[in-house]
Amino acid sequence: MSKMPNYVSTTNACKLCKPLGASLAFRGIEGAVPFLHGSQGCATYMRRYIISHFNEPIDIASSSLGEKHAVYGGSANLKMGLKNVTAKYKPQLIGVATTCLTETIGDDVKMILAEYKDEFHTGIDDPLIISVSTPSYSGTHMEGFNAALKGVVEQLANGGEQNETINILPGFISAADLRYLKELLQDFGIAATVLPDYSETLDGEALNEYPLIPKGGTPLSSIRNMGRAKLTIECGRTFSGETAGSQLLKLFTVPLTRVGLPIGIRETDRFMDVVSEAAGIEIPEKYRSARGRLVDAMVDGHKYIFGKRAVVYGEEDLVVGLTAFLAEIGIKPVLCASGGKSGNMKESIANVLEGLGCEMPEVHENVDFYDIEERASDLDLDLLVGHSKGYSFARRQNIPLIRVGFPIHDRIGGQRLLHIGYHGAQQLFDTITNTIIAKKQDDSDVGYSYM
Amino acid sequence: MEPLHVLKEREPQIHRKGEAPFSIECNKDSLAGAVSQRACVFCGSRVVLYPIADALHLVHGPIGCAVYTWDIRGALSSGPELHRLSFSTDLQEIDVIFGGEKKLYKALIELIDRHQPKAAFVYSTCIVGLIGDDMEAVCKQVEKEKSIPVLPVMSEGFKGNKRAGYEAACSAMTRLVGTGDISGISKHSINILGDFNLAGEIWLIREYFNRIGVEVVANITGDGRIEDIKRSHGAALNVVQCSGATMDLATMMKKRFGIPNIRVSYFGVEDMAEALYEVARFFKDDEMLEKARELVRMELSTLLPELQKYKTALAGKKAAIYVGGAFKAFSLVKAFRLIGMKVVMVGSQTGTREDYEELEEITDEGTIIIDDANPLELSAIIREKDVDIFVGGVKERPIAYKLGVAFCDHNHERKEMLAGFHGMLNFAREVYGSVMSPVWQFVPRRVSEEKE
Repeated sequence: MSKMPNYVSTTNACKLCKPLGASLAFRGIEGAVPFLHGSQGCATYMRRYIISHFNEPIDIASSSLGEKHAVYGGSANLKMGLKNVTAKYKPQLIGVATTCLTETIGDDVKMILAEYKDEFHTGIDDPLIISVSTPSYSGTHMEGFNAALKGVVEQLANGGEQNETINILPGFISAADLRYLKELLQDFGIAATVLPDYSETLDGEALNEYPLIPKGGTPLSSIRNMGRAKLTIECGRTFSGETAGSQLLKLFTVPLTRVGLPIGIRETDRFMDVVSEAAGIEIPEKYRSARGRLVDAMVDGHKYIFGKRAVVYGEEDLVVGLTAFLAEIGIKPVLCASGGKSGNMKESIANVLEGLGCEMPEVHENVDFYDIEERASDLDLDLLVGHSKGYSFARRQNIPLIRVGFPIHDRIGGQRLLHIGYHGAQQLFDTITNTIIAKKQDDSDVGYSYM
Repeated sequence: MEPLHVLKEREPQIHRKGEAPFSIECNKDSLAGAVSQRACVFCGSRVVLYPIADALHLVHGPIGCAVYTWDIRGALSSGPELHRLSFSTDLQEIDVIFGGEKKLYKALIELIDRHQPKAAFVYSTCIVGLIGDDMEAVCKQVEKEKSIPVLPVMSEGFKGNKRAGYEAACSAMTRLVGTGDISGISKHSINILGDFNLAGEIWLIREYFNRIGVEVVANITGDGRIEDIKRSHGAALNVVQCSGATMDLATMMKKRFGIPNIRVSYFGVEDMAEALYEVARFFKDDEMLEKARELVRMELSTLLPELQKYKTALAGKKAAIYVGGAFKAFSLVKAFRLIGMKVVMVGSQTGTREDYEELEEITDEGTIIIDDANPLELSAIIREKDVDIFVGGVKERPIAYKLGVAFCDHNHERKEMLAGFHGMLNFAREVYGSVMSPVWQFVPRRVSEEKE
């Protein structure tokens, strides 16, 4: 395998910062307002970034620290901010995430929050306040996302007598994926807590009144009961360290089953088996037939895509899932890259490719788009698969970009992309195959009207 | 209808014309927890320097600051496009503990070798202000080794609001001005400050100036070039658009080089025409003034008939404006008037007292004037005033859309040319294309009206 050049500087990063991930996770809890403890710019920049993908309002509050707070500490502003958010939004929960600024000045957020509760909580309708440490100098948005979920579980869940529910920690998937997942669980007749759930809060209906906090999100009562569930299914193969799932196991002995993101046939099969076993029923006909149609479609389209060479980039778990799927349909993933650095991506990819007869692609963690492009320039590519930030690369290479994941800033409907399950695989398959067919058609001198 | 819900501390920053003598507070720090639409010092600096296309823009800090400002603006370049890349030192925990100077030095050397820029701007972020990296020293060192200007921009996010960032950017540019050769510059020459060349606007403006016989030495903040900025002190006049962004640079150039400045706006026909006239009047050149009049006559003779169709359709519709700088708001109020529309709300993130006084003067009775608004206030006003179109930036768009209100993007991300005479026509088309869409008949606020 060729060695990646080792640059000191980062050019066009393939990752986002930690508090952004935490904000997204908090947004998936019912009645919650994400709150960044830091300077005003962080909240505003992240709102703008998230808005450009979801086309939805997202209010992220900020303690708006100024120069004197950086010197004397941000305690007073954090408290005032919490008070104002409480007065104005009447939230059930405020999710406080720290930033580089407040981590570095050494604000003891846990202590400040304890003081705040003593000083301002009235005992009636006080919001719960969760805090999570998310300095952007350690880790990516995925670490922030996972840290927030872990914080929520640790600070809210209770143990007790086991009930019949299961916990699903689906990872960072689209709003459409979450809706699909909930429908699937319903079809299995499972009472499940899906955390987080921004399927409505970040993809809502047209309204007559601006909601202080959009409806939807994982209910707090369900989160409280997560310690009593009979099983946690946590999606992701590249976790390093403690997660919400591992904490539920450790603190409340809720059994933990880990599977990859259910993308493509085999990863979905694994997921469906786990869910089916938890539900104690066979996989419903709806999903069996969807799988059958998917296989049928794969046969219909296989010749147009066989041997095409792809670069896959983005969050590590998403890359693992997509790589598996591409290999299943005969596309050759030649380079798999992420800005994250869990250290587990290569092994995870090797695992999902096992038995597919697909040569192991180059796998690189902790890289940016400059690295990816430099490495890929002589790989003779046919397509890119990833979020919209790969567009400039695709344009230079004159190859198509299959937009998946987050962010999609140059198309509408990123939140409605379905990636997971057999239905998601079907959509991905059609999109990928048609994109390749369209490219050939557009580039051809003849312009055939049949495939 | 529910009354406008405003936090008590925010009340002095909202004024309704006609209800009380004019009074508004502004240039205050954002209220904690209020979800301000503002950004930070770093953002202000990035805005101003971003369009300098042949410079390296290196963000010294953790990854977020760089990645959220990657290619986010519609500022075009006629040549190099270095400004569209996002460079960062991506500080890690270990750098925070031991300092980031070495990493900064290496990153700068590496990037300068790779991209051969004409200069480098190095942006400080919150964390750099805290760990105490001596950016000045590193920049000086690299400048010596690489023989290009390497300019620190002291833009630590927490050190104020966007306005402070403008100052930091201007003071970085100040170091360039006066270092270039100014021979051969015409006596009828100007610099264009504060236009960001969104969708190629500055090319249009330059062409207008050329047509009336004015040489443009440097278009500093739009399609900008380091060499032009270095010799910008050879121009006879600084023509400044956009309230806060570049005024500091103009003030410095007046102090150091005695170059006078005028403030203009290129949005809307009155302001565009006035900008040309003012420049002509400055040069006390009758021929130039006549050329300017001729240009305006010519442009209007094609524009006005074309506008008529939009005016007829849009007459009486209501607009709300919320923009970064108040200066743009003045022009927008007039532009809406030209197409027969009524402005019922106007506000900005960073307006000054004088700006708001002027807005009070040019708006109608009952218009709400607002400083540093937040989503809840904006949405309440949209509902209260039954607004037909909202003009703002990308952060305001989902608020308008969620409530079923048309929207016109008038911020740095837009891809439509809205300046100049041609821009006025585009603006009318933009507004028309959104207000007249059939989709509004399906949104809840129109559906429930019908039922009433």
